[in-house]
Amino acid sequence: MSAYAEYRVPERKKMDYLDTKGRIFDVQRYSIHDGPGIRTIVFLKGCVLRCRWCCNPESQEFRIQTMKVQGKDKIIGRDVTVREMIELVEKDRPYYYRSGGGLTLSGGECLCQPEFSRDLLRAAKERGIHTAIESMACAPYEHIEMLLPYLDMYLMDIKHTNPAKHKEFTGRSNERMMENARKTALSGKTDLIIRVPVIPTFNDTVEEIQGIAGFASTLPGVKKIHLLPYHRLGQDKYDGLGREYFLDGILPPSNEKMETLKKAVHAVCGLDCQIGG
Amino acid sequence: MFHTTDIPKSSRITRLVDNLYAKMPEIESARAKLITESYQATEGMPIITRRAEAFAHILRHIPIIIRDEELIVGSSTLAPRGCQTFPEYSFQWLEDELDTVETRNADPFYIAEETKKELREVHKYWRGKTTSELATSYMAPEAIRAIDHNIFTPGNYFYNGVGHVTVKYEEVLAIGYEGIIAKARAELNKCQVGDGDYARKSHFLNAVILSCQAVIEYAQRYAMLADEMASQCSDPVRKQELYVIAENCRRVPAKGASSFYEACQSFWFVQQLLQVESSGHSISPGRFDQYMYPYYKKDMENGNLSREFAQELLDCIWVKLNDLNKVRDAASAEGFAGYSLFQNLIVGGQNKDGEDVTNDLSIMCIQASMHVHLPMPSLSVRVWNGSPHEFLIKAAELTRTGIGLPAYYNDEVIIPALQNRGATLEEARGYNIIGCVEPQVPGKTDGWHDAAFFNMCRPLELVFANGEDRGEMVGLPTGDVTKMTTFHEFYDAYKKQMEYCISLMVNADNAIDVAHAERCPLPFLSSMVDDCIGRGISVQEGGAVYNFTGPQGFGVANMADSLYAIRKLVYEEKKVSMEEYKEALIWNFGKGFDQQTITEMTTDLLKKMQAEGKPVDEKTVSSILNAVMNMKPTPEKKARYEEIHNLIDEVPKFGNDIPDVDYFARDVAYTYSRPMEKYKNPRGGQFQAGLYPVSANVPLGGQTGATPDGRYAHTPVADGVSPSAGNDVNGPTAAATSVSRLDHFICSNGTLFNQKFHPSALSGREGLEKFVALIRSYFDQKGMHMQFNVVSRETLLDAQEHPENYKHLVVRVAGYSALFTTLSRSLQDDIIRRTEQGF
Repeated sequence: MSAYAEYRVPERKKMDYLDTKGRIFDVQRYSIHDGPGIRTIVFLKGCVLRCRWCCNPESQEFRIQTMKVQGKDKIIGRDVTVREMIELVEKDRPYYYRSGGGLTLSGGECLCQPEFSRDLLRAAKERGIHTAIESMACAPYEHIEMLLPYLDMYLMDIKHTNPAKHKEFTGRSNERMMENARKTALSGKTDLIIRVPVIPTFNDTVEEIQGIAGFASTLPGVKKIHLLPYHRLGQDKYDGLGREYFLDGILPPSNEKMETLKKAVHAVCGLDCQIGG
Repeated sequence: MFHTTDIPKSSRITRLVDNLYAKMPEIESARAKLITESYQATEGMPIITRRAEAFAHILRHIPIIIRDEELIVGSSTLAPRGCQTFPEYSFQWLEDELDTVETRNADPFYIAEETKKELREVHKYWRGKTTSELATSYMAPEAIRAIDHNIFTPGNYFYNGVGHVTVKYEEVLAIGYEGIIAKARAELNKCQVGDGDYARKSHFLNAVILSCQAVIEYAQRYAMLADEMASQCSDPVRKQELYVIAENCRRVPAKGASSFYEACQSFWFVQQLLQVESSGHSISPGRFDQYMYPYYKKDMENGNLSREFAQELLDCIWVKLNDLNKVRDAASAEGFAGYSLFQNLIVGGQNKDGEDVTNDLSIMCIQASMHVHLPMPSLSVRVWNGSPHEFLIKAAELTRTGIGLPAYYNDEVIIPALQNRGATLEEARGYNIIGCVEPQVPGKTDGWHDAAFFNMCRPLELVFANGEDRGEMVGLPTGDVTKMTTFHEFYDAYKKQMEYCISLMVNADNAIDVAHAERCPLPFLSSMVDDCIGRGISVQEGGAVYNFTGPQGFGVANMADSLYAIRKLVYEEKKVSMEEYKEALIWNFGKGFDQQTITEMTTDLLKKMQAEGKPVDEKTVSSILNAVMNMKPTPEKKARYEEIHNLIDEVPKFGNDIPDVDYFARDVAYTYSRPMEKYKNPRGGQFQAGLYPVSANVPLGGQTGATPDGRYAHTPVADGVSPSAGNDVNGPTAAATSVSRLDHFICSNGTLFNQKFHPSALSGREGLEKFVALIRSYFDQKGMHMQFNVVSRETLLDAQEHPENYKHLVVRVAGYSALFTTLSRSLQDDIIRRTEQGF
């Protein structure tokens, strides 16, 4: 965690929250699958998990790195201020206004840079822009708590209920995330939606999906669960980073399979289940 | 209130469509023969009389046919999707291309040997008598030179009729041609033989009467044919259908329609026969859902009509709109690729009081396009702040099918834009779209909307060559570009070349305009446009209430990016000298000369030698060709040109929501739209700019050298007001915001903004919602028009490889939809290359 230290600003040092710095690797406008309406996604750099299926492997390390993209070296990661980002986010306001959209923080994992995340969400909130994060909740609960006053929607990844299997495929066990999910739900401060990446060989059996759905349905206030089918769009990036892709040869789940899993969710709980974000 | 639920497609429609596309379209000679016969018999008579006589002669004798299972009848050719020819406008190109038209790349037509013979025979009569020949003799030599040098192309109306009009369909539906004849008679009765305009007016009104009578007779021929076919038909169901068809044709369009079915048949005769009188395309049905609605409503209330049958009739009309066709010269066919007639039909929007008038038929028109899934009509949707949400969702569902329809138009921009051109508020609220994207007041406008393609890149080339092009003085001598010391001076030179070239284009357009008035006035069309009957003159002579000429400029994005790059790199950052920039353009940024450049340079050198009286034999040709082919920059220079290209790449580009660049682009667009406004046309109206290229951005890009925005020589230029392909890297919202920063109000002849989406961007109800929100947001920012290609890149690539599997694949090309597999390879490539949005 020390890598993040230089961006942790001590509370006592009074400064404009718009000057808070963070490290991002991409901004995507007109995102339509990550929260309500048309959204701008800010992708933060750095994550504590190493999910084998991760479609943004260049997001995992906090350090700025180089990736080969179509034969050319591309610098991944840059340092920005909240002020710069909110100006960019403001640009699509006409589209948020018509669609009920807004800002989504993704990554990487935004909880790894809690001050920056908090301040960026705050800036959006103060301007009346809807806020969301896409996060797997693997962080001290205090970091989540910091964000909650400014967070309209939490799209929380729950990947598996089995701690051992979770650890095997992501590098960490899942106890803290499950606990954070419950605490977040209990706080009642944000609209919590559970998202499940459906990964063949990892969690794509009816029993596994039902296990997650069953857990999600016990979280107070949670009404929705999204099943996100595995895709291979990130595969080339592993090559670009000189890394091995462990899921080589695995096909995305078929539409029929996804429908079966959706029915399986409905069989065990009353949650509204949708395929895709 | 209106219904939005799906109405199932009748199996008849599938069969009608299959029959329509069973064969390659064919050229027929009946009309050409008949008009020649008539003209030979009427030599020396007033032209308006000759036109009416010829129209009547054609309608009395042209072969007629009722196709299997049709409910709406009236075909201009025996062959499905066939076409007649119009030698009175031009014939030389057809004569030259008779043997190649079947095998050419864009829009091929089958033609029988017998037909070729007949056409060659009639063409003899027309030499020296066509509108195109007269137009040429009216043009200034410098305008002709500019055309030869591809600065602009007025080819559309030079070779063909004008079209581009919406007539008063509602009047024909209400009172029939008997009613219109009565109006003309009443006007005639008011004329006194001593009136100054008696000769002209009386002949015009008599021509109107004769034309309308001919149409009534034509419908009677169909009534008789239907009766005859019914009497021989063994299938009782079809027999009954044929009797009803006969009954319809006996009543309409002679009389006002008494039912929805009659209204449909009446509409069709108007639509078809306007396209027999003249070869002008973009005969646009306009607000079909509005003028047809009273008949629908009455029949529904009386219980005489089911929604299913009404839908089937609409579907039949949709099929018929694809049955009409037109052969163009090979070069124009590239520019208008896709056999398109641009019959624009628009639904939704406001009435004259500003109330939303979306109705059942608005929805059913969208449904009809879903059912037939064909390029015609060019379906358009009017959007305003009060548009019902479910109406737009239904439209978005059609977009999702990938047919490239509908196009979306913004009332909030178009209404004030038309008011700015003199329409009243009430008239402007009733606007419709002509052809691709051109707004106008229906029933009283002669917009001449597609008057020319103007290549905004060419005047910049003239700046670099001090007014010269391929050894000839084409533009103005604006001075040595390398000696221009400020950006202001450089930009001024561009503006001067623009203004000069625009004046030449105006000259060419006006010459063609006069030629149409003198040689091809159209009495039938004029009977349905205000205020021709009252004024006693045809549309072509200025009979319409509103008269415009609307040539369209294209390459706005290229010019904005080019001028911006020069400002930055040469004048502000001084990273590149103007001399180097000029050389880099000549050497195509180090890429070397392509075949086209080599051929052009060789030809020019040879011409120069001949002009100087030097001998030119085969040996000289090959030695010059070799010399040109071997011309290469030094390796250091080549590297520098490539470096310049990289520097240009890094300069911000239009289409990425960068206000500085976008507002600069707005100013660049003014270099075209502002000078235009001061010019008048011979019909008493004014010029107005449009910014849309149909599909001409590909062939005309092929006539343009490398441009300072980094575009390589002879590659396509940007399409409409859209950013250059591949330059918009921040996604659809950024591109839309950039485009909205152009001044769309002043471009009252229309602007065109294309976006391409992968189908999953519209998946589910939520996808549709977000899509509609995107359109609304662009329109909030005062964009004028938006259209979409929804198809995957993989699909398009596969369609290129296996065209046989994609016979029905429709894509939005520019202002219209076309069958992908019928487009030329380069246009296909361009469509594929356009940035895919959303992922």
